[in-house]
Amino acid sequence: MDVTLSVQRHNPDANPATWWQDYTVTVPDHATVLDALLAVRDEQDESLTVRCSCRSHICGSCVMRIDGRSALGCKTKVAEALRRGGAEGRVRVQPAGNMAVLKDLAVDLEGFFGKVRAVQPWLQPVGPEPEREYLVPNEAMLRVRDAMACILCGACVSACNSLEVDDRFLGPAALAKAWRFTEDPRDGHDRDRLEFLSSVPGGIWDCTHCFACVEVCPKDVKPMERIIELRRRAMDAGFTDNNGARHSQAFRDTIAHSGWLDETKVAVRSVRGPDELLDWVGVGARSFLRGKVPLRHKAIPGALRVTAIVSAAERTAAGSARGGAAAGAAPHGAPGHGPGSGGGSGA
Amino acid sequence: MAVTTHDVLVVGAGLAGMRAALAAQARGSDVAIVTKVYPVRSHSNAAQGGINAALNPEDSWESHAYDTVKGSDYLGDQDAIEVLAREAPAAIVELERMGVVFSRDEHGRLGSRNFGGASHARTYFVGDFTGQAILHVLYEQLVRSGIRTYNEFFCTQLLRDGGGTVSGVVALDIRTGEVHQFLARAVILCTGGIGRVFEPSTNALICTGDGDALAYRAGAPLMDMEMVQFHPTTLQSNGALISESARGEGGHLVNRLGERFMAKSAPNAMELASRDVVSRAAQIEINEGRGVDGCVLLDVRHLGAARILERLPQIRELALEFAGADMITDPVPVLPGMHYQMGGIRTDIRGATPVPGLFAAGECACVSVHGGNRLGANSLLETVVFGRRAGEAAAEFASGRPVPGFSESPREDEERRLRALVQRDGTGRTAALRLEMGRTMTSRVGVFRDGAGLAEAEAALRSLRERAGAVAIGDKGRLFNQALVAALELDYMLDLAQCVVAGAIARTESRGAHTRLDHPKRDDAHWLRHTLCYAAEGGPRVDTAPVAITRWEPKERRY
Repeated sequence: MDVTLSVQRHNPDANPATWWQDYTVTVPDHATVLDALLAVRDEQDESLTVRCSCRSHICGSCVMRIDGRSALGCKTKVAEALRRGGAEGRVRVQPAGNMAVLKDLAVDLEGFFGKVRAVQPWLQPVGPEPEREYLVPNEAMLRVRDAMACILCGACVSACNSLEVDDRFLGPAALAKAWRFTEDPRDGHDRDRLEFLSSVPGGIWDCTHCFACVEVCPKDVKPMERIIELRRRAMDAGFTDNNGARHSQAFRDTIAHSGWLDETKVAVRSVRGPDELLDWVGVGARSFLRGKVPLRHKAIPGALRVTAIVSAAERTAAGSARGGAAAGAAPHGAPGHGPGSGGGSGA
Repeated sequence: MAVTTHDVLVVGAGLAGMRAALAAQARGSDVAIVTKVYPVRSHSNAAQGGINAALNPEDSWESHAYDTVKGSDYLGDQDAIEVLAREAPAAIVELERMGVVFSRDEHGRLGSRNFGGASHARTYFVGDFTGQAILHVLYEQLVRSGIRTYNEFFCTQLLRDGGGTVSGVVALDIRTGEVHQFLARAVILCTGGIGRVFEPSTNALICTGDGDALAYRAGAPLMDMEMVQFHPTTLQSNGALISESARGEGGHLVNRLGERFMAKSAPNAMELASRDVVSRAAQIEINEGRGVDGCVLLDVRHLGAARILERLPQIRELALEFAGADMITDPVPVLPGMHYQMGGIRTDIRGATPVPGLFAAGECACVSVHGGNRLGANSLLETVVFGRRAGEAAAEFASGRPVPGFSESPREDEERRLRALVQRDGTGRTAALRLEMGRTMTSRVGVFRDGAGLAEAEAALRSLRERAGAVAIGDKGRLFNQALVAALELDYMLDLAQCVVAGAIARTESRGAHTRLDHPKRDDAHWLRHTLCYAAEGGPRVDTAPVAITRWEPKERRY
């Protein structure tokens, strides 16, 4: 099959600009986008830079954007990319997002790995070591294993909408890594970890629940769901003196109270106190001018029935550590982002 | 940063490299790692099935050692194999305490699975991505240690002082194109295998045997290079590996007639005979027309969807993607494919090579614990056991030695050489030559070999060497010049291919993975010996060395 790859290229040594270059190659039907890029490099243009190694989505080297979507080149079939919308037999290939381009498809990974290092990503047991292995149930290991499936490829970081506006955000990969330790029964520093993740700038409350990381993760690690679990656990552990936790609590409270979201109330109650509220006056004013802060809410018929749903959901979820995704998804779509942005349920 | 100095410099950041670095640091050395990719990108990731240890009270290190000796077809050095088997239980427990999420039994203890060539279920595992799970935990420990890693540096040369002792490396910073000099009191090579010498191979594209070539050029002997493992179950479309755990969990191999053909060559162990035995059997089925489109069939359907999804999730995904077969409902077509080098840089049981100051561990090294054939799940074990030993030995060596003297000239010379290489008017493409080399090796130096085919391979490699010396580099820039790196890698691999062929020509017998159709019998009288390849004018010079036999006298191998 013939395919044309449109590759976004950049070589700062020769040219400060980026440019698009088209290559047409013949590849087998089962070829991946990486196979096609390697065919280009091997047969047409040796100057095309692409990091790659395993060809079987285990090393995480070849993350890139294919027709705008963050993915591993070795896990995306050419035929599939063409079907999904490549116009006129063309597949568009760009370097991963949210990381500086070094050359062609190679991006700067130092920041990415720096954030992984920032979460103290190693097991920190407390107490004397056992004589042999730690005794832990297989189910607990299987749960942690699902997060250990992360290959640190950075597809989630490439796709992350929060990172696009604030590069301090630790990001989905590092936070999924952090989750792995809070979930591991052998680790004895849950509380320290949760406190750090709650309070550090760019911590767990900076995720906007956009699901992009869940969609693009090639190993089904579901980073966003782990971030939501971290939030719940942080609040359960009492780390509520921060805007994210306050926002989440206020969110829940206003819905439990009246069945609808009173965004003004949520915004006011999300901040630490009146002094901090002053920082948000500008945002409030702009929101008001755009009609996002109505002076009076119309009564919504049946809204109170929502409060019954909240109570029922809280009864069901009580004590469950795994119901996080569903509860956390509730505020999804709230347009008026206060500090922290839409939070998980505090229940 | 044109020159940096460390006590111990580790080349490669896979399992062996990281374990060696941690061990050297624990012994008080200032350690750094130089790696051509980022640490978690190493090929250790690809090890699927597990890691062996006689941890179960009903098992014993002697049994593990004996299985390994038998698996090696008696070519493994028994002193080294004893070390491997004795130190295995502590090594696995250590990994567990570092945080590896090993599968558990119903009591919460480490749970094991069956594997080929083993008389007990002694393979400990994390689903079917054990290598990745261990690699990432060692990376966690590396982060904790604060050990410096120089990522994306490609080593082009070992530095040696006036007395011949290794004193560092010269390396190309792939990212910037600058050449750097790393001085060190000891160097440990942990660069992995030579997979890309063959085409296809289960190995990652980075497995180009850089450390083997560096050591060889510095005068170290490469041992038993003819011993190349062909894994029985790889996918036809891209050579990807389907783990032995598929058979360990109970999978069957059948031919087009539906027969479990292993009954003919291994009536007791069946599909769990050692890999050389299974690969030969599968290749015979294919060669004699009982295959299916050049493959045999791996059938795990009887295990049921739940077990397949829990124990074999990753390989199911690979088979779906690259063979279009869902293991839950279909058998998967597979064939033997190049997978592992048993040979490598000769070391003693502390990881020291015959060249002073130079150490090696992992797949690039040959201690030798695998001899003529490696058992599944012994490779991960080797990386941590001998990685640690090499790290400790290198730290000790470094502490007794002054900082090597510095001269700017090796760096400048290398810079000039590389610049000339990039700028020359060459002909031909590196990729085409690499493919030709790989296909030649697979067709002439594959599962079955003979004198005539090996002679053809030898001649083909000579021609390739000549053409590779004049190849054009299609990128004239400095940043990320992957064309330059590929040409340097091909230059390394041609040395290694020549050693594989030279060893295969010399060894006029059939042992382990090395099957000579013109010498079909094992010949203990002449060949209970290692082959050694030394770099010399016009190609490798072959010598031999005795095998260490401690307590298991060679006898016929039956599975």
